[in-house]
Amino acid sequence: MTTAIDVSGLVKSFGRTRALDGLDLCVQTGEVHGFLGPNGAGKSTTIRVLLGLLRKDAGSVRLLGGDPWRDATTLHRRLAYVPGDVMLWPNLSGGEVIDLLGRLRGGLDPGRRAQLLERFDLDPTKKGRAYSKGNRQKVALVAALASDAELLVLDEPTSGLDPLMEAVFRDCVAEERRAGRTVLLSSHILAEVEALCDRVSIVRNGRTVETGTLTELRHLTRTSISAELAAVPAGLAGLPGVHDLDVQGDRVRLEVDNAHLSEVLVELTRSGVRGLVSQPPTLEELFLRHYERDGAATAPAGLTPTQSPRPGTQPPDAQSPVNRSSAGRR
Amino acid sequence: MSALAGTGTLTRLALRRDRLMIPAWVAVLAVVMVGSASSAVSLYPDAESLRKLAAGLAGDSSVLAIYGPATALDTIGGITMWKPGGLVFVLVGLMSLLIVVRHSRAEEESGRLELVGAGAVGRYAPLTAALLTALVADLVLGALIALGMIAIGTPATGSISAGLCFSACGLVFAGIAALTAQLSEGARAANGLAGAALGASYLLRAAGDSAGANGPSWLSWLSPIGWCQQVRSYADERWWVLALPVAFALLVLGVGYALAARRNLGAGMFAAGTGPATASARLRTPIALAWRLQRGALLAWTVVFAVVGVVVGSIANGINGLLSDNADITDVLSRLGGKGDAINAYLSVVLGVLGLVAAVYAVQATLRLRAEETGLRAEPLLATRVSRIAWATSHATFAVVGSAFLLAVAGLLAGLTYGAEVGDVGGQLPRLLGATLVQVPAVWVLAGISLAMFGLVPRLAAGAWAAFGLCVLLGEFGPLLRLSHWAVDVSPFTHLPRSLGVAPAAGPLIWLLVIAALPGVDGLAGLRRRDIG
Repeated sequence: MTTAIDVSGLVKSFGRTRALDGLDLCVQTGEVHGFLGPNGAGKSTTIRVLLGLLRKDAGSVRLLGGDPWRDATTLHRRLAYVPGDVMLWPNLSGGEVIDLLGRLRGGLDPGRRAQLLERFDLDPTKKGRAYSKGNRQKVALVAALASDAELLVLDEPTSGLDPLMEAVFRDCVAEERRAGRTVLLSSHILAEVEALCDRVSIVRNGRTVETGTLTELRHLTRTSISAELAAVPAGLAGLPGVHDLDVQGDRVRLEVDNAHLSEVLVELTRSGVRGLVSQPPTLEELFLRHYERDGAATAPAGLTPTQSPRPGTQPPDAQSPVNRSSAGRR
Repeated sequence: MSALAGTGTLTRLALRRDRLMIPAWVAVLAVVMVGSASSAVSLYPDAESLRKLAAGLAGDSSVLAIYGPATALDTIGGITMWKPGGLVFVLVGLMSLLIVVRHSRAEEESGRLELVGAGAVGRYAPLTAALLTALVADLVLGALIALGMIAIGTPATGSISAGLCFSACGLVFAGIAALTAQLSEGARAANGLAGAALGASYLLRAAGDSAGANGPSWLSWLSPIGWCQQVRSYADERWWVLALPVAFALLVLGVGYALAARRNLGAGMFAAGTGPATASARLRTPIALAWRLQRGALLAWTVVFAVVGVVVGSIANGINGLLSDNADITDVLSRLGGKGDAINAYLSVVLGVLGLVAAVYAVQATLRLRAEETGLRAEPLLATRVSRIAWATSHATFAVVGSAFLLAVAGLLAGLTYGAEVGDVGGQLPRLLGATLVQVPAVWVLAGISLAMFGLVPRLAAGAWAAFGLCVLLGEFGPLLRLSHWAVDVSPFTHLPRSLGVAPAAGPLIWLLVIAALPGVDGLAGLRRRDIG
C-alpha cells in the first residue's frame, strides 16, 4: 500500500502564533482518513500547506509523491478540494463554477455531474450571490465529486448541509472509497467520521495527539456499562480502572478501562445480573478525552460528576463537564 | 422596536472601521484646498497679478469645462474654489458615496449585516448609520476647509460658504449612494451607479460652464456639483442656492428609504437573473474567468472614455484664438505641462488628466486580485492546475491591455470629433491618438506598482492608491508650487512628452516601460513565494 499524504514534524507560524507545531499525518492510498480536531486546531492550515497555498516553516510534506509547494500545479491535476468556507463569484451561475473548476482540474464526468446535481437537489442556474451557505457548499462538492481526481481533500464539507444532504454526502464518499479514491476528510462531526473513515488522526493545538484505525483507538479507552442487578453491589468502587460509578438502588452505570473489563464483569456477575448493556467507546469520547485536557486546564468550574456520558452525536461541549471531571480523577 | 434602533452603535462601528480611511480622505482634501490657497498667496502677491490671471481664465471655455465657472477669480478664495476646488467637489462626492455603499450594501452582500440585523437593530438603522458616517466626514471636511481658509486670510463669509458647499456636495452623493445601494445586489454595481451619477453631474456642469453666453449654460443647473459652484463663494454668496443640493439630497434619501422599506435583506430592486446551467466552452482558462469578472467594469469605463473623448474633441476648437494672445494663461497651462500653442497646450493638459483617470482603472483592475484573495475565491482556483502566475497575469492583463484600450478609445474619438470640426481628420486623428497613447507607459508604471504591492506586501496592497494620489498631487501642484525637480520627477507622468506638435522622444517612454516592468515582475516573484490568504 502506498502513501498518498505523508506529513511529519510540520511547523507553520503566522507572526507569533504557532498554528502548526510539529504535526504528523499519514494517509494511505485508497483510504478515507478522518482529520479531527476542535476549531483552531490547525486542520485548515494543514490542508492549505498540502495544497501549496501556504509555505511550511519546517518539517516534511509529501503529497501524491511530490512536493506540494514546488509541484503545486502538477499535483493539483490529480486532486479536488472543497474548502470549508465556499465563496462563489457573484455573477457566475453554480453550473458555470462546477464546469470551470472541473475543467481547470483536468476533467469532469458529465454523467456524474448530472447525477450529483440531482442527488444534491441543486439548481445550477442560480447566480453565485443567490446561493445559501449550504448550496454554495453543494456547488463545491458536486465540482469535486464529479471530477476524475484520485485524491479528494474535503475541509469540513458538510458544514451548512441539512441532515438529508449529509446522508447523500456519506453515500457519495462511500462510493468514492469503493472506486478506490483517497479521501482526506477534515471534520468535527464525529458521527460522520465514524461512519466513513478507515483511519483517524486527531489534532489539537497544531499537533497530532492520536492516530490510528477506529479499532486501535478504541483500545485506548473505556467501555461504558449499564447493568440491572439482583443485589446492591459492594466491591465495584474499589476495583481498578472504574470511573464515573453511579449506583441508584439496583441499577449501576459505570465506565471501565478496557484493560480491566473482566474484573468488573466478575464483580457484576457476583451480584446477579438481570440486565446488561455495554457500549464500545464512540469516537466522540476519544475526541473529548483530548479536548478535556484543554478544558480542565482553563475552565474547571461547574462539574457534575454524577452524570455519565452517553454515546451519540451530541456536540462536544454538551458533554465536556463530565469528562473534565473524570480527567481530574485520572 | 423602532426602525432606527441601534443606529448609534452601528455608526460608532462604522467610524471605528474607517478610523484610518476617513481621516486620510478628509486630511488630504482639506490640505489640497488650504495648501493651494496658501501657495496662491505667494504666487500672486498683489491684486494686479490676480486680476490679469482672472481676465485670461474667465474667457477660456476649455479651462472652465475642467474647473467650473469663473467667479471671483481675482481673489485668493475664488481662485482656490475654482482650482483645485472644481476637482475637489468630485472627490468629496466620491468619498461620500464610497463610505455609504461600504457600510450599507457591501456589508449586506458580505453577509455581515445579517449577523448585525438579527440583533436589536431597526430596519433603517444600517442605512442611517452609513449616511451619518458619511455626514460626519462631510461636515468635518467642510469645517476644516472653512477654518483653514479663514486662517489663510480669505474672507470669513466666503470661507464658511465654501465649507458648506463641500459638505452639501458630499451630502448629495451620500444620498445618491443610499439610493443606488437599494437598487443592485452587489456593492460594486451600487458604487458604479453612484459613480456614474457623479460623472454625469461633472459632465453636465462642464458642458454648461463651457457653453458660453449663447450656449446651453443652463446645463450647469442640472448638476449637483454645478449648484455648489453657483453659490459663488467669495463673490456675491447666493446662499439660497445651497437649498438645491440639500433638497435634492433629501429627495433621493426619501426614495432610498422607501425602497429600503420594501425590499428583503440581501435583495435588490433589480432581481438577479438566473444563469446558464453549464459553462460555455470558452470558460476554461483563468483569463476567460478574469474576462467574465472584469468585462462589466471595462465596458462602463469604455463608455466614460468614449464620452470624454467626444467632449474633449468637440470643445477644443472653441478655444482656438481665445488663448493664443493671452500670455498669462498660456503661462499657467505650460506650467501645468502643456507646451506649444494654446490649443495644443489645452489638449496636452486634458489628455494628461485622462492618463491619470486611466491609471485609476489600471490600479483597480490589478487590485481585483487582492479582492479575489481576501474574498476566498482565489483559493479554490489555486487548488487546481492554475498556477499563481497564470492567475495573477489573467487580471493584470486587464490593467495593461484595458488601460491602453481605454486611452485609445478616448484618443480615437477626440481625434475624430476634433478632426471633423477643423476638417482635417486625416491629420488630427493620428496626432491626438498618438498624444493619448503616449500616456500608456506612465499608466503601466502604476499597474506595475500595484502588482508589486499585491505580490510583496499584500496587506498593504491598497497602498497602490497612495502611489496614485502622490502622482496626482505632484502633477497638479508640483509645478505650481515650484517643487524641486527630483520631487516632481517621482511621478511617472512627469516624464511623458508634452509636445503635441512634434514626435515624442522614445527614450523616456522606453525607460518608463522598464520601470513599469520591474515592479510588476517583482510582484509576481513575490506572489510565488508568499502565503495565499
